[in-house]
Amino acid sequence: MTPLLELKGLHVGIPSRRGNMDIVRDVSFSILPGEAFGLVGESGSGKSLTALSLIRLLKKPLSVTGGEILFKDDDLRALSDRAMRGLRGDRIAMIFQEPMTALNPLKTVGRQIAEMFVLHQGKSWAEASELAISALAEVQVPAPEERVRAYPFQMSGSMRQRVMIAIALACDPDLLIADEPTTALDVTVQDEVLKLIAELCRARGTAVLLISHDLGVIANMCQRVGVMYSGRLVEERDTYDVFADPQHPYTRGLLGALPRLGSRHGAAGRQRLVDIDSLITDRDSLLQEFCFEPRHAIRDPRVRAGGAA
Amino acid sequence: MMAECGPPLLEIRDLHVHFPVGGSFLSRKKRTLHAVAGVNLSLARGECLSIVGESGCGKSTTALAVMGLQEPTSGDILFEGRSITRENAPGRMDRARIAQMVFQDPYASLNPRQTVYASLAAPLRLHGTTARSEIDDRIADILRKVDLRPEHAQRYPHEFSGGQRQRIGIARALVLNPQILMLDEPVSALDVSVRAQIINLLLDLQEDLSLSFVMISHDLGVVEHMSDRVAVMYFGQIVEVGPWDAIFANPTHPYTRKLIATIPDPDAVLHPDRTKAVGRQVNPPAGYRFHPETVDRPDVYAAPAPSELVGIAPGHQIRCQPVASGSGR
Repeated sequence: MTPLLELKGLHVGIPSRRGNMDIVRDVSFSILPGEAFGLVGESGSGKSLTALSLIRLLKKPLSVTGGEILFKDDDLRALSDRAMRGLRGDRIAMIFQEPMTALNPLKTVGRQIAEMFVLHQGKSWAEASELAISALAEVQVPAPEERVRAYPFQMSGSMRQRVMIAIALACDPDLLIADEPTTALDVTVQDEVLKLIAELCRARGTAVLLISHDLGVIANMCQRVGVMYSGRLVEERDTYDVFADPQHPYTRGLLGALPRLGSRHGAAGRQRLVDIDSLITDRDSLLQEFCFEPRHAIRDPRVRAGGAA
Repeated sequence: MMAECGPPLLEIRDLHVHFPVGGSFLSRKKRTLHAVAGVNLSLARGECLSIVGESGCGKSTTALAVMGLQEPTSGDILFEGRSITRENAPGRMDRARIAQMVFQDPYASLNPRQTVYASLAAPLRLHGTTARSEIDDRIADILRKVDLRPEHAQRYPHEFSGGQRQRIGIARALVLNPQILMLDEPVSALDVSVRAQIINLLLDLQEDLSLSFVMISHDLGVVEHMSDRVAVMYFGQIVEVGPWDAIFANPTHPYTRKLIATIPDPDAVLHPDRTKAVGRQVNPPAGYRFHPETVDRPDVYAAPAPSELVGIAPGHQIRCQPVASGSGR
């Protein structure tokens, strides 16, 4: 199968006094049609920037400084801004972390959903409003005929996130980018929203790029997972393999740092969680091999100012 | 931990906290929100008790009542057998030595215009430590305890990372040597790797300083890792309480089961059968306030129907209605 999306050696850089500094370095992965791919990593590891660069939403002064982004064999970097606008929301849609800031507070949610049909499919507003109701029904918002007239502030967090999902999936995109879609939600609701995303995308054959720092969320949703650390993709494999047998020392650290359910059973007393920092400084030679720099060096911009390797 | 003699360190007896809520704008009808509706809890010395539940279930209100920041509507809170509510309430100075709080967001809970030294020295001065050298020693000592360096005291909060700030928050809570530490979502604002360090630190401190923890969290992975006992709250009431291994190995109340089943388990890919086992409910007894099938949630404005905690194993209790309906267990 030809991949739907292919990233080849993506670099995202920020200009600095000593020239360009790459904060996402040489990231390559591909997503097959209908596949769910997860990106995990800590804050600042570059996972969101990678996603934003796909749909050209990087804010200045950030920019893509190298690599190829192939979407259905089109090079997205070569596309005009106008063509990109047509693609965004139509073929590639995105769900953001905080639905309250991502939705327009001055428009009813029905109007915001209907907008998608008007802009991308050339429907009339009357037709689009009808479609908005069925779109809301599809994301399991109760009483959709009434809810289309509600404003975002009148809805709970999970209902807002459902509206976001309805907007994102309105035009049947080929790829859905979900950036921490449930981090702002309560545990019990989080599960419902994730299941909704998974079901809808499975039914429509939509591929998903799920970004999360929660390994549990990734494990439940994705077939393949990429682990990012300091702007690099350090491991990219089947989800099962990553959890059963993590290869990269950072992935191992990340898994060991997680208090997992059931890990205390059968263990004598409380175990200490793995401290990634100590792991990293202790293993200089191994790090060299895996191009895995000690964190302290990365945190200090003076050390890293040399740019990409 | 189980062998307890004398009164528990902290005891909460039938705590109720009600909030008056204005009705609609025109009718001026006042309603009462039953935020905490009859909570009984006890904390033994050196124990870590976790209170779990979703937002709005009353876990933070319970913590605030213990801290003296929220006047209980009725019920009593006892510290070492003595009441610390209403007419028996100790002054703020005494209360500060009983319990201190570690807050969720280390970015919001430190004064940005005070150096760490100033933040840590103020409570010491208030509590009668006036000699500069004594204050310096105490601050250096407490910073070392949380794995920071004494020279960090001269810096401002913005110069620290999130994990370091949370260490300062812990140092601030510990500087007066309180008996109890209230941890309100202590690690949920932190990244995975930093989270592990803070959890390790808290467990070390608990051992070294023989502290008692009351932890509020909705992260069940952290709860299982840290707790000795767990109390599950649902709409102002405790629905299940017991030793951590009983709660996690044998969750019985349907709400507890739902809570455990819904957390995204990173091991789900490795052991898919385990998660399924928790999600399966074996003939639910009558009289639960929690209804997983219905959309309607309990009415928070009405006093809950009478129910009681029933022991099902040593120390392990679940809430059901006292009616002997003959069904279920």
